[in-house]
Amino acid sequence: MLVLSSIRTSALLLALTALGACATPGPGDVSPTGVFDPYEDKNRRIHQFNLGVDRVLFRPTARGFTQFTPDALEDMFINFSENLSEPSDMVNFLFQGQIPDAGRSFGRFIVNSTFGLFGLLDPATEVGIQPTDTDFGETLFVWGVQEGAYVELPLLGPSTQRDAVGVLMDFFTNPFTFAFTLPFDNVGFYVEALERVTERGRFSATIDSILYESADSYAQSRLIYLQARRFELGGSGAEGYIDPYTDPYDELAGVDNSFDPFEEFDAE
Amino acid sequence: MQSSTLYRRSFVASAFAAASCVAFVPPALALSEAGAKALVDSLVADINRVIASGKSEAAMIRDFEKIFARYADVPIMARYALGADGRGASATHLRAFTDAFQGYIARKYGRRFREFIGGRIEVTGARQIRAGYEIRCTAYLRRQSPFEVTFLVSDKSGKDLFFNMFIEGVNMLLTERTEIGAMLDQRGGDINRLTRDLRATG
Repeated sequence: MLVLSSIRTSALLLALTALGACATPGPGDVSPTGVFDPYEDKNRRIHQFNLGVDRVLFRPTARGFTQFTPDALEDMFINFSENLSEPSDMVNFLFQGQIPDAGRSFGRFIVNSTFGLFGLLDPATEVGIQPTDTDFGETLFVWGVQEGAYVELPLLGPSTQRDAVGVLMDFFTNPFTFAFTLPFDNVGFYVEALERVTERGRFSATIDSILYESADSYAQSRLIYLQARRFELGGSGAEGYIDPYTDPYDELAGVDNSFDPFEEFDAE
Repeated sequence: MQSSTLYRRSFVASAFAAASCVAFVPPALALSEAGAKALVDSLVADINRVIASGKSEAAMIRDFEKIFARYADVPIMARYALGADGRGASATHLRAFTDAFQGYIARKYGRRFREFIGGRIEVTGARQIRAGYEIRCTAYLRRQSPFEVTFLVSDKSGKDLFFNMFIEGVNMLLTERTEIGAMLDQRGGDINRLTRDLRATG
């Protein structure tokens, strides 16, 4: 127990140190597409590693798994995994000052753990307690921590410095995912892995199209991750709207606003 | 004399008024919120019809290409995706690229739409933006949490057409510009080779 808590404390310290080391973009460091990626060379090497792992291990396992597992059983695995993350969600919502959401996570955990057969089923949604999801990365966002640089994490994939710290914190502070003394208590970790395998299989076509069918899978996954994550955190994302009519080539960073395709159409 | 001055003055005034009418009050031709919404409603209905048709994938993709050509401002989207590299291209090359781009998008996204079988898209709201209107939709797919799909509609091409689409915040134009840009780089900036290869991609 002492070992465990000291590991937790050092994880916390490590995370906070990493946070302090978050890179801050200078002027011109962010690309017109909104990407800040000063570690691109290193990230690309990790991306190649991740692609290799996906190709030989993750993708075939996932496809085989989802092919032979009934949909209803897959849903149960996902429910179970989601349920184990509710306490951690609740704490994060409290950190964010989102009291009603914290209440929902708590309510879902209680209802699903009891009436939902330890979380295998999801009666909470049926009685109207809609799913909510958060993480420590979001808490850091709410606290005003900057996104930092884009990073691709080994095995885990696209992230940012802020989200990487969040993942680390969520993992080491959640008693369901990290318990050294009683291996069975790590159940959350295995279940999370299982959930990822299920989702890799279920969304196989979409993920394959990004990883294997695009000209630059690194750039595609980077852009898609950043946009989806910012949307999740910030809401609308409308502030970044491109207007190809008035600024056909780049409004986001004002790379070049001199060209109007419609002028050319008119001239033709 | 006086009357003629008056006449002239009122003529100027009414001419000015007429001019300002043209300038400040775009008549019925302009895109309205209802019009933008109707466009997306009709687009969604057409997509849903193709999904429900149960045709082969190839036939569905052909239908999607027709839908894309009918509802989207393909030339502006193609040109945005091509980025600054399109500036040096001739009109002929641009037209060929636009044509190839249309097929590529239909194949790439048409395949995705297969996952919509048994699902539906609902228009939930509209909001004015600089280039026209933003139409928000929610997509309900089987065994998935509902997610947000947004279409941006403009009449700047002379017709009401959508020019961008967002799925859960992921911007289609930006994503395609990154992809087309990478393809172009791999081909040493050769638009002809890009156009040729694009016809076999997606």
